[in-house]
Amino acid sequence: MASTIQCKIVSAEQEIFSGEVSMLIASGVMGELGIAPRHAPLMTLLKPGEVRVQFPDNREEDYYVSGGILEVQPYLISVLADTAIRAEDIDEAAAIKAKEEAERLLQTKDKEYDLAKVEAELAKALAQLQALARLKKKLKR
Amino acid sequence: MAGAREIRSKIKSVQSTRKVTSALEMVSASKIKKAQDKMLASRPYARGIRQISGHLAHANPEYKHPFMLKRDPAKRVGYVIISTDRGLCGGLNTNEFKKAVGHMRDWQARGAEIDVVTIGLKAAVFFKSTDVNLLGNISGLGDNPELGDIIGVVKIMLDRYRDAELDRLYLVYNDFINTMVQKPIVDQLLPLVPVEDENIRDQWDYIYEPEPEVVLDYVLIRYIESLVYQGVLENLASEHAARMVAMKSASDNAKELIKELQLVYNKARQAAITQEISEIVSGAAAV
Repeated sequence: MASTIQCKIVSAEQEIFSGEVSMLIASGVMGELGIAPRHAPLMTLLKPGEVRVQFPDNREEDYYVSGGILEVQPYLISVLADTAIRAEDIDEAAAIKAKEEAERLLQTKDKEYDLAKVEAELAKALAQLQALARLKKKLKR
Repeated sequence: MAGAREIRSKIKSVQSTRKVTSALEMVSASKIKKAQDKMLASRPYARGIRQISGHLAHANPEYKHPFMLKRDPAKRVGYVIISTDRGLCGGLNTNEFKKAVGHMRDWQARGAEIDVVTIGLKAAVFFKSTDVNLLGNISGLGDNPELGDIIGVVKIMLDRYRDAELDRLYLVYNDFINTMVQKPIVDQLLPLVPVEDENIRDQWDYIYEPEPEVVLDYVLIRYIESLVYQGVLENLASEHAARMVAMKSASDNAKELIKELQLVYNKARQAAITQEISEIVSGAAAV
């Protein structure tokens, strides 16, 4: 009798995998883990690496995650996967980039991107259109 | 014929404007569906992470994470403001900013200082010219935003909260209700509102690897990021819906205008011809 357990791998952007598996193998922060059906409830953090799922017919599928959370419930294994590589210094770099972006915006006076300029022109044309339409209506009366 | 020529060039320019607006309308119409799909696709993760943080908080009631501490009175209040990068979407951004500014005025009246990080160019441009501190910005997320894009701006605010430099954190975005209705929303992110989940009853004792505190910290950061990310997706769908409606009405206006201008043009042309004929006839009679 091949016992299986429901397994779900999701990321913030999409569902990556969902189905019945006979075993899930992942690399947790404390070491490699193999989760078979009837495993004790467990919650652990994952390291960047492969999550391997094995099906009852011995097929295997590999998914790459950049970290995440593995939660084992009595009838469900769920992996909440990160899609972006996370590390304190990488997050820090992202924060610094966002700060710099704000500073740059605060320094540039009224110079916008070309795109914004084109849009402003289009917005102006639209406003003129509306004004013309209003004028027309008034003239009619 | 000078009048007629002017009218004709006006018609030409209105026609080309209309081409642009109707193209934008169609583009937005097709993008709404995609944005909605993305919203749906992100829900399982959000639900999962909410459940886990609910479990954790429930299982460890004695441990208070910094994000759960409420500090009163609030001296500094932070906002994460999500806007579009581009305009031409009706009053979407304006209404949102109005609501946000109203919220900020309430806090300022109580003597709080305001810190802001923005997602999207329009919010950055708007809030840099107000009396709030703009601490961070990210823009150009496009139509396929990823959670990774917003880590930086969220981290700025989370770090400040952890260091007690911030006593409240709010998220401002446009909630996509349907194609015609989008509603600006101000949600409280921090301190965390305790998660009340209906599934909290079926609890089991988890084995934690590593300790629950570490897991909780990891989970809560992702929980907040996923809330912000959902806001980004809602706002994206709202943007396309609002733009579609705005462009549709602009196209309709242009169509109406072209019709009327055409009528005026025809009259002017008729008048010119009539005048010419009468000149010829009266000329011939004089001869």
